[in-house]
Amino acid sequence: MNAADLPLWGAWLVVGLALAGAGFALTGALGLIVLRSFYERVHAPTLGATLGTTLILCSSMLLLSLIEGRPVLRDLLIGLFLTVTTPVTLVVLARAAAHRDRHAENPESPPVA
Amino acid sequence: MSRILPYPVLSAALAGTWLLLNAPVTPGTGLLALAVGLLVPTVMRALRPDAVRVRALGALMRLVGVVAYDMIRSNLDVARIILGLRRGERKTGYVTVPLDLRDPFALTVLSVMLTATPGTLWVQYDSDTGTLLMHVLDLTEGDDWVRRIKTRYERPLMEIFA
Repeated sequence: MNAADLPLWGAWLVVGLALAGAGFALTGALGLIVLRSFYERVHAPTLGATLGTTLILCSSMLLLSLIEGRPVLRDLLIGLFLTVTTPVTLVVLARAAAHRDRHAENPESPPVA
Repeated sequence: MSRILPYPVLSAALAGTWLLLNAPVTPGTGLLALAVGLLVPTVMRALRPDAVRVRALGALMRLVGVVAYDMIRSNLDVARIILGLRRGERKTGYVTVPLDLRDPFALTVLSVMLTATPGTLWVQYDSDTGTLLMHVLDLTEGDDWVRRIKTRYERPLMEIFA
């Protein structure tokens, strides 16, 4: 089956999932503008890295599975590797910011644990 | 067991990855997956990492469910905050959680879980005192974060990696 023969319900589901995922990623990007402090802004990209990614990957797996006529689950690996690597970036960013703020004695700097 | 399979979890993960990348499964790819799962982890012996011992598979499954639920709910909460749909004053702040977890694998999993929920951010863990400092985007409701983390995440993790 090629993409043109996709059943209508399948096409709607694929589009719906992809758009919902993109919506979450866009909201996360907006958060970078809307939120005020650094520590608040670090929360925002997680939206795209978690639910955004999940929905887009579901859409991709559904599309490929329908086209190839068998379950195609390769994309699960993308999700897995994104999930284990994103926290590294965020934790390093947060630690660097905490170190810099404490050094500069900013009022916003995190308390010493 | 430990001579042939020094790192059973790693072996299973490698074989599973191989099969996913080379789907659909044929006898040939199955055999290769077995070979990868058995041979590659022996390379790890040179590095001598501690092997992960996962117990309580039931608790593991339950924890995956809890984290998936929390992830979706906090995604919606944070999206509402960003889009300005959340009414009333919002307060952000830091929470200090005294952890009893010491296992490095369990702590890694906890940091992944906390970072994967958009409302919480792992800032710093002090291995001397065992305290975790995290940033919470929405502290307004005064939800008992310390208790929540300890009962929802830490207790099952201790059960799994005990």
